[in-house]
Amino acid sequence: MNNNLKLSNYSLDQPDQIDVGAFDPQMLVKALSSMIRIRSVERILASARQEGIVNGPVHLAVGQEAVATGVSAALRYTDQVFGAHRSHAHILGLGTDPRRLFAEVLGKKTGLSNGMGGSMHLWDASVGFCGSVPIVAGTVPIAVGAAMANRLQGSDGVSVSYLGDGACEEGVVHESLNLASINKEPVIFIVENNFYASHMHISQRQPLSSTARFASANSITPHIVDGNNFAAVYSATSKLVHAAREGDGPGFIEAFTYRWYGHVDWREDIDVGISRSKSEVELWRTRDPIRRLKDSLILVGVITDADYDQMCKSVQNQLDFAWKTALSDPYPDSDALTRYVYSTNQL
Amino acid sequence: MSPVLHTYSQALYSAFDYLLDKYPDVFIIGQGLWSPWYVGNTMKDLDKKYGSQRVIDTPVAEAACTGAALGASISGMRPIVVHPRMDFMMYASDALVNQAAKWSHMFGGQAQAKLTIRAIINRGGEQGAQHSQALHAWYAHVPGLRVVMPTTPADARDLLIASVMCNDPVVFIDDRWLYDIQEKVTPMRFLSLENEGPQVKISGTDFTIVASGYSTYLAQKAIETLSFGGLSGELIDTRVLAPLDPALIIKSVLKTGRLLVVDGGTRTCGYAAELIASTVESIDPRKLAAPPTRLTLPDAPAPTASSLERLYYPSSHAIVAKIREMFPTRGQL
Repeated sequence: MNNNLKLSNYSLDQPDQIDVGAFDPQMLVKALSSMIRIRSVERILASARQEGIVNGPVHLAVGQEAVATGVSAALRYTDQVFGAHRSHAHILGLGTDPRRLFAEVLGKKTGLSNGMGGSMHLWDASVGFCGSVPIVAGTVPIAVGAAMANRLQGSDGVSVSYLGDGACEEGVVHESLNLASINKEPVIFIVENNFYASHMHISQRQPLSSTARFASANSITPHIVDGNNFAAVYSATSKLVHAAREGDGPGFIEAFTYRWYGHVDWREDIDVGISRSKSEVELWRTRDPIRRLKDSLILVGVITDADYDQMCKSVQNQLDFAWKTALSDPYPDSDALTRYVYSTNQL
Repeated sequence: MSPVLHTYSQALYSAFDYLLDKYPDVFIIGQGLWSPWYVGNTMKDLDKKYGSQRVIDTPVAEAACTGAALGASISGMRPIVVHPRMDFMMYASDALVNQAAKWSHMFGGQAQAKLTIRAIINRGGEQGAQHSQALHAWYAHVPGLRVVMPTTPADARDLLIASVMCNDPVVFIDDRWLYDIQEKVTPMRFLSLENEGPQVKISGTDFTIVASGYSTYLAQKAIETLSFGGLSGELIDTRVLAPLDPALIIKSVLKTGRLLVVDGGTRTCGYAAELIASTVESIDPRKLAAPPTRLTLPDAPAPTASSLERLYYPSSHAIVAKIREMFPTRGQL
């Protein structure tokens, strides 16, 4: 663990057990299954990248599954969600078809973005995912605009902006927080604070290790949660989403979490030796969000070890089939090179 | 209905008024919209008529406001973002260049960034280097953006409406030097932006001038001056700079053999360079009677002193001189 973490009112020493008593057991089991699916997708992509089957960069979210799953569970299909470079989990959490995600990462015509986006430019409006881009903080004002549209149209839809601790160093985030606050836009900012922007630890980039102060500065109350605790993320998001639907304006959650892989691709040791230490990675693996939810569900008798093994197997079988299908899918036609530049060329 | 006299300002106002009245999904966002000081009379009291929810004056935040307009546009709205000075749009470059321009392409045609950016060129008056720029060539360089520069009051109105109704991101550039120009204006025409392009404004036989926005009026004056010496000029108004369809210009130059491009931007990698290249690459050089040439701003930021400003901006005198260089002797005709 990197020392000197000055977290305002949050301790990293959270209890391991997740208090699941207050929630619908069915929802918790679905959430666990979703988290397993996210991790398994990322593992498949990691090895395909290592083997050279995936040609482009992949930013994997193993270790951060509880954030996307907890946020998604609090949303309607008609809400709009915006992501960034590490967004496989965000779109899977909303229920996108993993085969189409695989196809997109492989640059196939059947992919989520018709093979034009790859891992870093994802779109599936049918589940409410309205775009991820790798320009850090690029979608933050866009999410505010989607909220503005909801407000102007008189709908009670909300938008969600996923951003990282690194994105909080971009100026446009502050413009966006201010704009959202002054207009009371129904937008929820979810900061996944995994302590690293690429190779740089937050202590090398910011005077404090919590980004919550940026919300307070714009008169938005920040909520800090254990990002490896599904129930904590879900509860906090539900509360803020409800308030935003009621016209109470923007919400801000900072979820502390950790990515097991390096910034990009399959290596777990890629940033180790720059700032990350092996012991730090090991410590965070003991906080595994999937293992914690599983243990908590077994403890209260919602599932058994055997159920869990069965869930993993079932997800893996689905994904193996999806992966094989995506591999044999066709690439885009050559005229796709210019077809989508303007809306009128698409016929 | 007989044509009525309208200034460029009034024409713009009538387009905004029409759009807000007819289309509930249109809203306008930008700095200074509640103050005529920023946008002249082109939007006067629209906030009072349509409400401050639809005509939104904003914090000093070009990046967030432009990004927000993109977000609203993919969520069913048709926003217009106003940048009262184009120079400040540099802050919005990510939202425009990385985002709006590319969302259709990189999401395989599923996202429609149907926002219009009204970018105002507000130069002269000793405002200097950061209150003067005409950056149309920059935006025309970016695939995915449509760039429109209307010259006449009627075009200002009709192309603004067409821009807002277009499903692509449009950079609509108007120049404050045009605001007081008054012309007879025909009734409103409903245009599809993708079908619009350069137009012949004056027909002629001896040389072709292509210009955009305010430069077109300078060229018009120069052509009149040159006509007294027996030279017949053809004037083409670019209107839609990107995507560019050069067919009409090529046809004109095949007829006249001489091409001058007048442009209110700087020279290197400027819009004049693109117009010349797009034209001559389709023409057998033996059919050219003189080398194609251009009249632009020098490669220098705008000065402040008015004596230097007079040297800096193209004039109709300079256009006349440039054209005369293409005709070494009067007898050549």
